[in-house]
Amino acid sequence: MALTGPGEPGGSNPSALRSAGRPGDGPPDRDAAIVVRGLRKSYGDVVAVDGLDLEIRRGEIFALLGPNGAGKTTTVEILEGFRTRDAGSVAVLGCDPGSERRRIKSRVGIVLQSTGVDPYLTVAETIAMYAGYYPHPRPVDEVIELVGLAAKHDSRVLKLSGGQQRRLDVAIALAGDPELLFLDEPTTGFDPSARHEAWEVVRNLATLGKTVLLTTHYMDEAQNLADRVAVVAGGRIVAEGSPSSLGGRDTAIARIRYRVPSGLRPPAELDGVPDPDGFVELRPADLTATLHALTGWALEHRATLDTLQIVRPSLEDVYLHLTDGAPGSPS
Amino acid sequence: MSAATLTVSQIGYVNKAFWRNPSSAFFTFAFPLMFLVIFTSLLGHGTVHLDGRAVHQSTYYVAAMAAFAVITACYNNIAIGVSFQRDAGILKRTDGTPLPPAVYFTARVAHALFVAVLLVAITVTFGALVYHADVPSGAALLRFLVMLLVGAASFSALGFAVTAVIPNAEASAAIVNASILPLLFLSGIFIPLGDNSPSWILWIARVFPVRHFANGMQAGFLGTRFDWTDVLIVGAWGLAGLVMAIRYFRWEPRT
Repeated sequence: MALTGPGEPGGSNPSALRSAGRPGDGPPDRDAAIVVRGLRKSYGDVVAVDGLDLEIRRGEIFALLGPNGAGKTTTVEILEGFRTRDAGSVAVLGCDPGSERRRIKSRVGIVLQSTGVDPYLTVAETIAMYAGYYPHPRPVDEVIELVGLAAKHDSRVLKLSGGQQRRLDVAIALAGDPELLFLDEPTTGFDPSARHEAWEVVRNLATLGKTVLLTTHYMDEAQNLADRVAVVAGGRIVAEGSPSSLGGRDTAIARIRYRVPSGLRPPAELDGVPDPDGFVELRPADLTATLHALTGWALEHRATLDTLQIVRPSLEDVYLHLTDGAPGSPS
Repeated sequence: MSAATLTVSQIGYVNKAFWRNPSSAFFTFAFPLMFLVIFTSLLGHGTVHLDGRAVHQSTYYVAAMAAFAVITACYNNIAIGVSFQRDAGILKRTDGTPLPPAVYFTARVAHALFVAVLLVAITVTFGALVYHADVPSGAALLRFLVMLLVGAASFSALGFAVTAVIPNAEASAAIVNASILPLLFLSGIFIPLGDNSPSWILWIARVFPVRHFANGMQAGFLGTRFDWTDVLIVGAWGLAGLVMAIRYFRWEPRT
């Protein structure tokens, strides 16, 4: 599959990316699998989606990352055609899921957050049944192989473990050979090994050239799988970019951490309250200048700064910063 | 696949799942026969007067239990089965696929019909062997089959319709039984109604479809008068159920 934009050298500016998705910015991208502009949805007084913009290119794995109640599932279910929207425009594979849902159904695969299958059919029967609903299904055995359920080919669904049932969900979504796949929290409630198995399946999808929109509240899931990530909080996108550049974490807010050498007192602009490990943490506006000042001061006092660290925010730091205090709403 | 072949293959999967679910298969098939034996043992030694004819109570029960079996297979099974599928997210998943809803409904109804016919055949065979009940034949058989098909389709439609008031799967059996059990009693399925039954009971029997359906089934077995009005009333209830189902059916759990 083609790796997309945000993998460009130097990372990308998330705000620039986002502004490309604003209304009135020219014709929609022909390579776009999903284009969302100004999407709004309320349940009674509760605003679930509040002016959300999104653009997902064909062939990319895109993660919507956000806390429970941020509006991820509502957004995805509007894209899938399960929910109506209050305002905004939505195009999924060039069609409006509100008015042209029937045209989309045979071209997308959906893995819902909680969903079941008949427990008394076998894995192969279940996939064959769903494959029969689509005009150009993928061979059943190929799908079973793809999700790693070959050993369970003739097992009844009720004999499968939780992780295996989730893989069956993915298999069913793949049965119709869709262009676009929705995965709503595919690994919630999994143990670590089941999650890694599920990630392997999603990576296999990428090699097939499928577009994948996945929602998750797991940082590592977004980091491991996605080409691009958008953080949703309070029903809108608060940041968007590749996992390594999200929120400007590759370029911004690096912190300096060091232990104050004993017997010395740094100047006020370099001082701080030490944490339990004895580290003082600085958040300099200008990293180079502050570092120069700090090392200059240490040399001047013939002190060593062996514990000096320059720390970049982890994806989790960025995420927590972005979603801090975000209002929750029913998902 | 065309809609027809898709429907046939869908019936096949519904059928497979039905027989592999031990409790649904057991209750659907065991109850009518069990009730037939119990009621005939308790009450089956006298005669019932229908249309001025004396009918053996055992024969009466064979017809009544055949009607009961059809109602169980169609109304109860569809209402409870669909509620469980809805709660489990199976219906929502189906709604996300290109499967035409009509194919889904048709396959469920056709399968219920198939089970109903099978149940009637078993009940009739059992009744003929054990209780020497009459078996419908000739023109009576044709009229009997018309009533059977109209009844099975109508009670299936009502089964779909009632899912609109079933909040969740746990409540489904209670709501289904609360809606059908009193009617079965008030329509003379378990205890024959006579001319001296209270008039309010007779009126309820006249309004709701169960008595009319049982009348049509009985005509085949007992040689009583077959009244096309019974077919029309059952069909009207079925049509109302269909309209309700189309209007209020939900693919998602009603949480």
